[in-house]
Amino acid sequence: MEYILIAISAIFVNNVVLSQFLGICPFLGVSKKVSTAVGMGAAVTFVLTLATIVTYLIQKFILNVYGLEYMQTIMFILVIASLVQMVEIILKKMSPALYQALGVFLPLITTNCCILGVAIIVGNGTYNLHGLAEPTLISGIVYAIATAIGYALALVLFSVLREHLELMDVPESMKGTPIALLTAGLMAMAFVGFSGMV
Amino acid sequence: MNKLQIIINGILKENPVFVLLLGMCPTLGTTTSALNGFGMGAATTVVLMCSNTVISLVKRLIPDMVRIPSFIVIIATFVTVLEMLMKAYVPSLYASLGLFIPLIVVNCIVLGRAESFAAKNSVSSSFCDGLGIGLGFTLALTLLGATREILGSGKLFGFSLWSEDYGILAFVLAPGAFIALAYLIVIVNKLTKKA
Repeated sequence: MEYILIAISAIFVNNVVLSQFLGICPFLGVSKKVSTAVGMGAAVTFVLTLATIVTYLIQKFILNVYGLEYMQTIMFILVIASLVQMVEIILKKMSPALYQALGVFLPLITTNCCILGVAIIVGNGTYNLHGLAEPTLISGIVYAIATAIGYALALVLFSVLREHLELMDVPESMKGTPIALLTAGLMAMAFVGFSGMV
Repeated sequence: MNKLQIIINGILKENPVFVLLLGMCPTLGTTTSALNGFGMGAATTVVLMCSNTVISLVKRLIPDMVRIPSFIVIIATFVTVLEMLMKAYVPSLYASLGLFIPLIVVNCIVLGRAESFAAKNSVSSSFCDGLGIGLGFTLALTLLGATREILGSGKLFGFSLWSEDYGILAFVLAPGAFIALAYLIVIVNKLTKKA
């Protein structure tokens, strides 16, 4: 039950893009077409889950044990960067079809702040706002997957809206980013409606 | 380009938020008040100046192949130093910025300037570029923070302008960040097109 609550809270109530403001750059950058948004969402889900597991283990068995908590930022970003590189190489070799679909997005993911952000949140155990469950590896993974689903959901919904916006008559100085930000603002307002659910 | 021009260029012509549209996460996430926006801007400025200077110093020693990872390590080092300093000296600001301090590492502005400016220019120019871009970022964040604070709670830098009852709560919450930034960019677009 508590895992379901964590998941719902991460997907809807504290949506990673629309209420925590993580990963805005790719959210605005790759949301012009639905197909690229789906690819990016899948790539983020894959890397986020993997990165969270690895960084959680590092936090628990290396940083905490040897009192090296202050090395967290450097350690995590290096691990994530090399992990992304490794995933890219393995995918290229093992599954060319999947690589074709996700390949272009993988290098972008290293600097997607939602990966490092979620890794730090899970590493510190601060996702557990409502005291739903003990911060363990399982609940951390549930949180990471749910966050990634929330990210993909917001990204795909947003790209659908933007495809429609292409056909609209938008005032000159609002074209491009401003109208996209306004749309995101209205979406965020809709997601505020979920607060209080958990 | 002389040094002053580089600094002014970073503030106006290449303003990271309004013109280059980089670093959106901290821009939206930390500007709940003018003071928070200013604090985040100042923290990013410090990191930008340090990382630009050091990267420009060691640019000839780093092989091209491992350029990006080396830059990230240098940036992450300064972010960690800054994080420890802020935790010790301004704990309240540190608490309100929270996660966004370590996330300076993945701020596209910092890596972007390292790659596009510091890796190609002299040490003093790189320092000035870091300062200019940092000031531009701080200016933009303070402006957005002030807008949201005035509209949302009727305060500016914590001083009450009018009764909080007239505040529009949405501007303090997440949606207001997107909407306020959208309109600020529209205003900047309008002004720059006329000139």
